[in-house]
This record gives sequence, structure tokens and C-alpha cells, in this order.
Amino acid sequence: MKTWLNIALPKGRLGDKVYDMFARAGFECPDILEENRKLVFENAALMLRYFWVKPSDVAVYVERGAADIGVAGKDILLEYAPDVYEMLDLKVGKCRMAVAARHDFYDDQRRTLRVATKFTNIAAGYYSAQGRDIDIIHLNGSVEIAPILGLSDVIVDIVETGRTLKENHLEVRETVVPISARLIANKASYEFKREIIDRLREGLALLAEEAEA
Amino acid sequence: MKYEERIVFALRELYRRFGYLQYKMRKFEEYDLYAGNKDFLISDNIITFTDVNGRLMALKPDVTLSIVRSGKDGGGIQKVYYNENVYRVSAAAQGFREIMQSGIECIGEVDDCCVAETLMLAVESLRTISQECILDISQLDIVSELVDALGAEAAMRREILKCVGEKNLHGLDDICRASGADPDAAARLKTLVQTSGAPAQVLPVLRSLGCAPAAVAQLASLTDCLDALGLGAYLRIDFSVVGDMRYYNGIVFKGFVSGVPTGVLSGGQYDRLMEKMRRRARAVGFAVYLDQLERFSGETEAVDVDTVLLYSPDAAPAALLRAADALSADGRSVTAQHTVPEKLRYRRLARLDGDEVKILEDMA
Repeated sequence: MKTWLNIALPKGRLGDKVYDMFARAGFECPDILEENRKLVFENAALMLRYFWVKPSDVAVYVERGAADIGVAGKDILLEYAPDVYEMLDLKVGKCRMAVAARHDFYDDQRRTLRVATKFTNIAAGYYSAQGRDIDIIHLNGSVEIAPILGLSDVIVDIVETGRTLKENHLEVRETVVPISARLIANKASYEFKREIIDRLREGLALLAEEAEA
Repeated sequence: MKYEERIVFALRELYRRFGYLQYKMRKFEEYDLYAGNKDFLISDNIITFTDVNGRLMALKPDVTLSIVRSGKDGGGIQKVYYNENVYRVSAAAQGFREIMQSGIECIGEVDDCCVAETLMLAVESLRTISQECILDISQLDIVSELVDALGAEAAMRREILKCVGEKNLHGLDDICRASGADPDAAARLKTLVQTSGAPAQVLPVLRSLGCAPAAVAQLASLTDCLDALGLGAYLRIDFSVVGDMRYYNGIVFKGFVSGVPTGVLSGGQYDRLMEKMRRRARAVGFAVYLDQLERFSGETEAVDVDTVLLYSPDAAPAALLRAADALSADGRSVTAQHTVPEKLRYRRLARLDGDEVKILEDMA
């Protein structure tokens, strides 16, 4: 019996890019290109159902089985550690998780480092591996402002071009981990929809290699 | 009876039929039992309280540890089953939850016959829940040998095993490249992670890898045995099932049923836990997570009660009870009320008039 394949994609520029890869891999859903406010799109012939969701929620939809597969940034996977299969590095949406500080900041190793970030688990893991004592300040956005106002010594955040940092007189001090978009799958869905998920993975792997070459 | 309750009865009957004795335990244990084996637990958050004699106690987050501790070495093979509530943090609820768990443990001179019986009961437990089910089986000695060949230190080994559990081939590539691991050994591990499916497809690949021949032979003999019992279609060999190797060894497995987003059964051989708890015995077992089945059946009651029987304050109690008894004689439910309770969903509305019951509404 053929069943629907439910796919959660991140809303925004990355989602558009990723959908293009899915379509080129033979998993197209033309309705998705229509300009409207719909969030769910179906291709009944191929039994594909796409959802647009907030990028940070993709992993939740997949882990809970509302979506069989999805595309999430490595930052989200590291931060929330969902119990899913990480099937493929799509090699798009590339950026890095980095430690940044003011140009004039001197890191005195004898003092507790104050770290402002949205990604508290990633930051805690990174500094714990170095045996460094830190004080984590969880912020929900505009993290760059924290060192400027003296709220923190450094920030741990995603850096794409580095322009925002530069405009706020900050600079990258260390790279924590490179980030890119990953194809993820629900573990139970993979058991029962293995064939189609493997076919999609293979198609996307070829496109990811092509893009990288 | 609720769907999960029916499953509990069916599982109990299944385990009883194969000679497993019911294991009853109290709701709490000394905290030390869990504190020393936190990594064995699914979640290391435990509800604790101080007993009247000052001892620190815990509401049990797990059943296996209690069974292992209570048993005695020698005397053949102890086979028990349980239906118990455990208390764990649920990521979903962001707090503690009471979770109903069933399972079996087989402790003592455990041989491959015991492991085969456990696997058979695991598949039959899944089939009790749904015919559309899969049991993924892995053999940790095979995984261990291929990971050892990379020469990884402890932290890197943890990262590698995490990647194996996530089927994360690109992650494995990154780790092996960064550590300068032998490319041949890395390629063999990647082949293992990539290879999953029916035993007939996977076993030839394992033989071609030439690793852990005894473990591969065990896997082959056990899957052959289940195939001979007509259960082969429910089996897959999949090395992404990785238990904590400080406790588990040999065969480990995880069961899925279609429609439930997470594994509903997990288990394996845990001889290393036995050693850690100073038991001179081997062990194998599994747990079925019944909390996962709450929404699985799709059964929802259309009504809360079949009949609402209205009566006036001056009604004779005997007449009311006789009427309620008559209305419920065919197994349907009746609630006697002065007025219809707010939000109560019912099929039939009746009124007691003297000795007579008048039907006011009938939506059957």
C-alpha cells in the first residue's frame, strides 16, 4: 500500500533553495511555487505532502512523526539533539557557529567568561570540552549587542558573511562548528517508508555533490 | 476497556504462555541503586524522597535494575515479566510522567536459545500491537570491532557511535578525516552503517567485511531461527541500534509499529550490567513502552455514557435502581441524574416517571 510522504521544509530562502533540490531529484510539487499563504501543498500523483514551518521547528515535526522527513540546519540539530536520523549533508545554507568578541577584548583565562547566545547547549558543550568555566547568558535575538553593552564578553552565534559583526565592531575569534542544511528522517517513518526515503536521499546526494564541485 | 489495557492483557498472556512468571515490585527503591547506574537509565532525572529512617529513596525510573538486584545467582534461568509504572522525565511533557511499561527479563545461564526466545517474544509483542511492525536487530560486537579499528579515544568514540546511531555518514567522514583514521577502517564502518535491511541482504555484506565472525554467525543463526518460525518478514538488521556498550553487549534490538513516531520496544543482552552489579549470570530482555500507544489505536468514544436517566427528587430509590439495571442489562452504561450534566455526551436520554421509563431522545 502506497502512503503519503510528509516533508517539512524551513520557511524562507533556504527552504526555496532546498525545495528546488527536491524538485530536481524528482520530488516536485508545482503548487508550492504559487504565491499564496498556504502552508501545506500536495502532489497527489506522487503522494508527496510538503509543509512550510519555522526553521527551528522542522526537527520537532520530524521527531514527533508529523513529518517523515525534513530539512534542518546543523545548528538546530546540535542545540536540540532530536532523536532523528541525519541522512545527508545537503551542502547548502552554509555558515558557521562562531565565537565573536569586540576587537579590543582580551580573554583573561583566569576569569569566568561571560557568553551570550541563543545556542546555550552548543556553547556549554564547546567550552566544557576545553574545561573553561563560563557564565551563559541566554538571549533570544540581537545577540551582537551583548558585548557592546558589556552584558557579555563574547557571543556564540551563527556567522554567514560576517557583515553584522563588522558593523557592530565585533570579530570572529574561533569557529565552533561549520553549519549547513541536513536531511533528517523520523526513525519509525524510515522503517516503513525506507524505499522512497532512500531514493530521495540518493537523488539529493548527487545534487549536493554537483553543487559542491 | 482502553486499547492499552487490552494490549497489556494480551502481552501478559503471551509471556505467561512461555513460562515467564510475573514480577511484582514496590513503587520505590533506594536511590543508590539508580545513582550508580545512571547511564543505564533512559533519563537520569529521578524523583527522590527521604524515608522515615533517613534513607534516600527514589520512585522507580526503571524495572530492570530492580529485577537484577533482587535475583540470586545459580539455580538455572530466571524468566520474569512485568507490567509496572515507572517515573521518568519526558522531554515532551517537560516534566516527570508516570509511564506504563511491560517487558520480560531472562537472567542466568542465558544461551542463544534464550536470546532467540526473547527475539521471538519481541516480534510477537509487536504483532500484538500491530501486524505492520518491524524489529531492527544489531550486534554490538560487530560495531565495536569496526569502531576499535579506528583507534578512537573515548570522546571520539562517543561521537562515532552517535553518528552510527544517526546513520550520519557525512559526520563519520568528518570525524575520520579530522582524526587521520585509517581510511580502510573508516570505509568498512561506513559500509556497516549503510547496510541495513532483510537478513538475507545484509549477512553477505557482513561476511564480506570479514569482521567478528562469531558475532556474524550468531546474528545469522538467530535470524534463521526466527525465519523458520515464520517471523522473518518482521526482521531487519540495522546497526543504528546502539545501546550503551558499558551495559549492553551482543544482540540489541528496537521495535517499531507503523503509525507510532518512536520505537515502542527496545532491549538486548546486558551481561555488562550484570558484571557491574556483581552478578555471575548473563541476561537478555526488553521493555514495551505502552505510553506510546495512547493515540495509536485511533479509538475515541463517541459518547461518554449510553443513557442519561433523569429522575425527580421524590423518586423511589428502588424504582430508580431497577430502571437503571434494566437499561444497562445489555452491557450499556447508564447514569442517573437530576439534570443532564454539562458537556456530557450521551446516546439516549430517558426519564423515570413513577415506575415507568420514558425515552425522551434516542440518537442511536
